[in-house]
Amino acid sequence: MMLNRFSTYLYLRPKVVLALLLGPPLLYMLVVYLGSLVALLVNSFFELDGYTGLISRQFTLATYAKLFQQANLDILTRTTFMALMVTITDALIAFPLSYYMAKVASKKTKTLLYLGVMLPLWSSYLVRVYAWKLILAKEGVLSWFINLLGLNGPLDWLLSQPGIGGSSLALSPMGVYIVFCYIWLPYMILPIQAALERVPKSFEEASSDLGAKAGETFRNITFPLAMPGIIAGSIFTFSLTLGDFIVPLSLGNSKYFIGQAVYSHQGTSGNIPLAAAFTMGPVVIMIVYLLIARKMGAFDAL
Amino acid sequence: MRSNNGSNRTLKMAALGTLLFLHLPMFIIILYAFTTDESTYSFPLPGFTTKWFSVALQRQDLWQALLLSVKVASVATLAAMVLGTLAAAAVYRSNFFGRDAISFLLVLPIALPGIVTGIALRSAIGALDIPFSFWTIVIGHATFCVVTVYNNVLARFRRSSNSLIEASMDLGANAFQTFRYVVLPNIGTALLAGGMLAFALSFDEVIVTTFTAGQQTTLPVWIFSQLTRPRDRPVTNVVALFVIAITLGPIYLAQKLTADSADAGESKE
Repeated sequence: MMLNRFSTYLYLRPKVVLALLLGPPLLYMLVVYLGSLVALLVNSFFELDGYTGLISRQFTLATYAKLFQQANLDILTRTTFMALMVTITDALIAFPLSYYMAKVASKKTKTLLYLGVMLPLWSSYLVRVYAWKLILAKEGVLSWFINLLGLNGPLDWLLSQPGIGGSSLALSPMGVYIVFCYIWLPYMILPIQAALERVPKSFEEASSDLGAKAGETFRNITFPLAMPGIIAGSIFTFSLTLGDFIVPLSLGNSKYFIGQAVYSHQGTSGNIPLAAAFTMGPVVIMIVYLLIARKMGAFDAL
Repeated sequence: MRSNNGSNRTLKMAALGTLLFLHLPMFIIILYAFTTDESTYSFPLPGFTTKWFSVALQRQDLWQALLLSVKVASVATLAAMVLGTLAAAAVYRSNFFGRDAISFLLVLPIALPGIVTGIALRSAIGALDIPFSFWTIVIGHATFCVVTVYNNVLARFRRSSNSLIEASMDLGANAFQTFRYVVLPNIGTALLAGGMLAFALSFDEVIVTTFTAGQQTTLPVWIFSQLTRPRDRPVTNVVALFVIAITLGPIYLAQKLTADSADAGESKE
């Protein structure tokens, strides 16, 4: 039979099998994905002709020069700062739940909690952003609740602060920050939980036997071993915040984030070179970040 | 380990609080689908009604967007299932030069911000003068769907023992029979779970889609337009509830599929 003979042929030549298996996915990723990334890089060295509105396909650094104008630098630092704040906040919020899941909860509770974290993570990202628009609206749930607690004064004071305030929570950098923290939180919970799960109980027992108090054991044993998980989670929270334009477009004010800049430059003005140059910011930041994370063992915790 | 009840209770409260925080938006969505408020998001709701459900059902633009989303997600998922399984099989069976690089390459589309994938594809589409079409959306979605299938299937491969395959070959089955009767049933649920997650990922995707769709409107693109310029608030509320409802099913199932077989795998060892 043909098939049998072909099968034997394959059995004797593992390299051919490997090529057949690896070929299609590798080709797809190399051509479509890496090919596109190269196109992106090349585009960032082109320039949009201001008069004709066409992209002149000639090597130039003019687009990068534009990127380093003060207004654009502000966008880059604003976004990076937001990503940093969101990452730190998420690590703080995530840790107790992750710890509870990994170290305290019974097997049954753990399964339930796991599902409780997975469902929001996978349910529609857009709908959850939309829900926050409802919650943060001036006439929405949160204002109602704050009113109930009699805390209008502090909220109005916060909203009147330049830089973070706005006409309502739904239209301010504070709102953007809250929604970012919410939306990427599961990406932080799960890797920390996985890392804590791998800390052997015997380590903690040994530490305790040797006379360490619960707090000391946590500080010297558990927490350092959970660090790869935190770093793995931070890859997501950091990277996702850097590139998002949905949240700031929906809830922010006129102060742009990187994603919005990319989105608007490629859209209305068709300035793909400047959009491409803007994107190189997060790409460079993330590649450096990923390399450091790999060194610190974060990929084992993914 | 020494721990006192007080700090344990604090931990429990914090965990519970975080969990509630994660689910708050879902409750809000369910609530607002029934509001009588047409022009604001006022809370408490001024009244309850179910009329927006029938209004939403009448909307042709919504049906078209939904149809496009389902078509895109189906084709992208199918492509991801084939490519992801092939890659997982290759990485599992052989130790070749650059094996880590493969994983790295596959993870890249979800590790890098979505906007990078989006604008990169947009650059390529622009550079090659490819017109926007159904296929430009699908090709974009497949790049980040592959990794979910790959991860699920590879994890299953690693848990199952190679001796089954050897036994099948020793008993005279050829490579294709072995794949059909031994490998496929073994990885079946993992493949299905990966596929469902890929579907959910694609069905909900908006960032890459805005760069590869041109004038086409998928359901997420429709919702996004309502986020920035709300025109149909009550209808959007209903659509939001609908999207939550239909994505929850596959996700829950995918979780079940992988969790059950993971338990079964452990007890076998």
